[in-house]
Amino acid sequence: MASITSEQVREHGLSEDEYKRILGLMGREPTLVELGIFSVMWSEHCSYKSTRLHLRRLPTKAPWVIQGPGENAGVIDIGDGDAAIFKMESHNHPSFIEPYQGAATGVGGIMRDVFTMGARPIAMMNALRFGEPDHPKTRHLVEGVVRGIGGYGNCMGVPTVGGEVNFHKSYNGNILVNAMCVGLARADKIFLSAAKGAGNPVVYIGSKTGRDGIHGATMASAEFDDASEEKRPTVQVGDPFTEKLLLEACLELMATDAIVAIQDMGAAGLTSSSAEMGDKGGSGIELNLDHVPQREANMTAYEMMLSESQERMLAVLKPGREAQAQAIFKKWELDFAVIGVTTDTNRLVVKHKGETVADMPIAALSDAAPVYDRPYEKRAPASGNPAFAKKPVLDSLKTILGSADMCSRRWIWEQYDHTVMADTVQRPGGDAAVVRVHGTKKGLAITTDVTPRYCKADPFEGAKQAVAEAWRNISAVGAKPLAVTDNLNFGNPQKPGTMWEIVAGIDGIGEACRALDFPVVSGNCSLYNETNGEGIFPTPAIGGVGLMADVNRMATIAFKRTGDVLMLIGDTRGHLGQSIYLREIEGKEEGAAPPVDLAAEKKHAEFVRTLIEKGRVDTVHDLSDGGLLVALAEMALSGDIGCEAGVAGTTVEAVPFFFGEDQARYVIAAPLDEANRIEQALRDAEIVHAIIGKTHDAKTIRIAGEGEAALAELRAAYEGWFPAYMAVAHEN
Amino acid sequence: MKSAVIVFPASNCDRDAATALERLTGNKTHMVWHRESELPEVDLVVLPGGFSYGDYLRCGAMASQSAVMRAVKAHADKGGAVLGICNGFQVLTETHMLPGALMRNADLKFTCRPVGLEVEETQSAFTRKYEKGQRVYFPVAHGEGNYIADDETLNRLEGENRVVFRYAAGDNPNGSARDIAGILNEKRNVLGLMPHPERVVDPLLGGVDGKGLFQSLIETLS
Repeated sequence: MASITSEQVREHGLSEDEYKRILGLMGREPTLVELGIFSVMWSEHCSYKSTRLHLRRLPTKAPWVIQGPGENAGVIDIGDGDAAIFKMESHNHPSFIEPYQGAATGVGGIMRDVFTMGARPIAMMNALRFGEPDHPKTRHLVEGVVRGIGGYGNCMGVPTVGGEVNFHKSYNGNILVNAMCVGLARADKIFLSAAKGAGNPVVYIGSKTGRDGIHGATMASAEFDDASEEKRPTVQVGDPFTEKLLLEACLELMATDAIVAIQDMGAAGLTSSSAEMGDKGGSGIELNLDHVPQREANMTAYEMMLSESQERMLAVLKPGREAQAQAIFKKWELDFAVIGVTTDTNRLVVKHKGETVADMPIAALSDAAPVYDRPYEKRAPASGNPAFAKKPVLDSLKTILGSADMCSRRWIWEQYDHTVMADTVQRPGGDAAVVRVHGTKKGLAITTDVTPRYCKADPFEGAKQAVAEAWRNISAVGAKPLAVTDNLNFGNPQKPGTMWEIVAGIDGIGEACRALDFPVVSGNCSLYNETNGEGIFPTPAIGGVGLMADVNRMATIAFKRTGDVLMLIGDTRGHLGQSIYLREIEGKEEGAAPPVDLAAEKKHAEFVRTLIEKGRVDTVHDLSDGGLLVALAEMALSGDIGCEAGVAGTTVEAVPFFFGEDQARYVIAAPLDEANRIEQALRDAEIVHAIIGKTHDAKTIRIAGEGEAALAELRAAYEGWFPAYMAVAHEN
Repeated sequence: MKSAVIVFPASNCDRDAATALERLTGNKTHMVWHRESELPEVDLVVLPGGFSYGDYLRCGAMASQSAVMRAVKAHADKGGAVLGICNGFQVLTETHMLPGALMRNADLKFTCRPVGLEVEETQSAFTRKYEKGQRVYFPVAHGEGNYIADDETLNRLEGENRVVFRYAAGDNPNGSARDIAGILNEKRNVLGLMPHPERVVDPLLGGVDGKGLFQSLIETLS
């Protein structure tokens, strides 16, 4: 057998030390197939080798957590025997190289993670970051990613109900495409990936295996350079039609009791699914690649083990159930093949054309995979409260509403079917989306949040803020926040400054999740988001899920009546550091990120949620990007009802009052009598608050001492930016 | 009223249609797999929205060749009611049970939003509970809903009062000829429309304007 050269080791993304470790574990030189398997299993993407040590510090437990991190997705109890299963995952690197297929297969992959556990996907979200609007690639990427997400999700018939989008130059060379899927299952019918027992048939279901996506996981674990476009062949091609059939076929199979374990073939395909199932089940797996359904002729064992062809699953059945399972897959016209058997050897053995091409201890791929305590170097967080000029606030409002980061995302979400399944009770554009649990009056509130500019200024406070904002968004619609999934997008962990951003980010999430009793039940890390040595802003995206007992008692941001009193809940100090106002109006990205008081977050959220649950308030908006005036404008535009407001309850000047991004704040609107009662309750609870104005008959926003702006004019700015931007011809 | 919903591979509004029908009729809906060559005894057959056969070749083209569509044609030939929604409308044109074709939306984008419709014809089993000229809002969710036919066909459809729903002025989401959103066959027992009435039968989901369509059918067929 040809011996492995140091060049081959390097091409497989393995360091010299790692290769030495492989030699030690194997007791001999690996075959090329084995080297390929190590390469993907030890990649950052699959092994979490730089983050695993730190991820252990995250809180993952609560009485309602059925399954925490480590499985395909997290599972929480939502009462009445129902469970919500969810996870968020990145498809950043492929989406930059081939935006349509990259984003589409990202959606497909996260859906499989959820339905492989026995859940029917009921909602999708996505958190997207693009480079600056003027960058020559940005339009093409936005167009392709949005079309890809829609193309896949729409065909699946799962509503895409929301998400978030930012533009910033730090993403010029590395966009982020994070997709979240939420599914619904019965709590006693959750399927796991542990391939327990020896002698059970290992079956392959779904699409045929082709040569696409080979080494995708390794690509996703490296920086980009100018030649990265040449990696296009490593991007997978999605087929949502097959995935829809796979979903229905799997759910039909899961309704029987034929399955021991099941796992989707995601990154590193057949390799990681078999290794992970064997590892979790404490068993061995023997595969015969001759039986793998193949799309192309003459595929080698190496290619089959590393292919990332989509829409495939691996399952371990109870012995004798093959025919029953096969009949289901035949009905759905999907490939089904027995390709192996579980063993008691704890080894992964791969045979092809009569030869054993790999024979390795499974532990070498999991427990013995490297874990690095990478050195990190703390940087002082950005500090200070930057100066600002006194400018007319309504002019600034119009500018901000018409800016890339703050304008309406309608252009995007109208390309997603967000009402299919007929349970979307709160659509995109609010604080959180709400989907009803089919056939009940319960609802799940879903949101994705992070403010990368805060994270850049202060990775710890910024990560806390991401969790706090998810908490607020869920509370603001009237749901009780239950758990999160995290998608940690960072640069190169081998740079001590970046590693510190990762560590501080994880610790910020940990602190917030602990304080709020909001455990992390699943997640994904995407590192090496760097191009030519430039890293992205730290972007730990948080996907939150909450439960609403009765969707008839839900708040939305839209003003509903004229004459409602506007009440600001929370302390307004006028924090302008790292604010949208500072960036869009003063052209500065500086100052401290807003501090997050988790006790206040908890107290204020519980107060607001209780009001909604009792049916006392139906109009709530949390304050985040852009501060109070942007929130008021969104409420007015959403309800097509104007309002008037002024500085109240503080000595803060107009600009920081209306645009400061102090945390733990909400605006509620309620009729006068109810508002009076709420005010008394706020006093009793010792929550800082102020009556700041009311909704009025005119279709305007009037600010005391500043004049007024017509809603039509604000709407034109708010709705106009995206379509106008995308209408400009761009390279494809 | 007894009803059946046809399930093609990658139909995805089949459950929504069944939920709406069951909610309004109180009867269980039959779900009929595309390989079946016979239908149960029903008054109404619904061809639901979705991406039958992945929309490969052309939307609805493969479904039009399926075994169950022969049974659906036979049902219609006997005077049974057939409702094709979104992908179902595409299947009906591909089967030539309705004239014309549905092309890519004029802006080439999938679009999902509520659209205003004028109920133009109330002399039908599908629309008798609406007022003539009534404005209703149904959501659309499609990438290929741009209705096209030759002028002679369009004139004939209009002359025979077979254009049942038209997009309200300025609210045509896909470039359809003469703002056509939904049409009847000659015998007036087959309706195809791109917007989704089954998504607006529950006040929590943004309105109940779609109820009239199902209630018309219940009144006529029960």
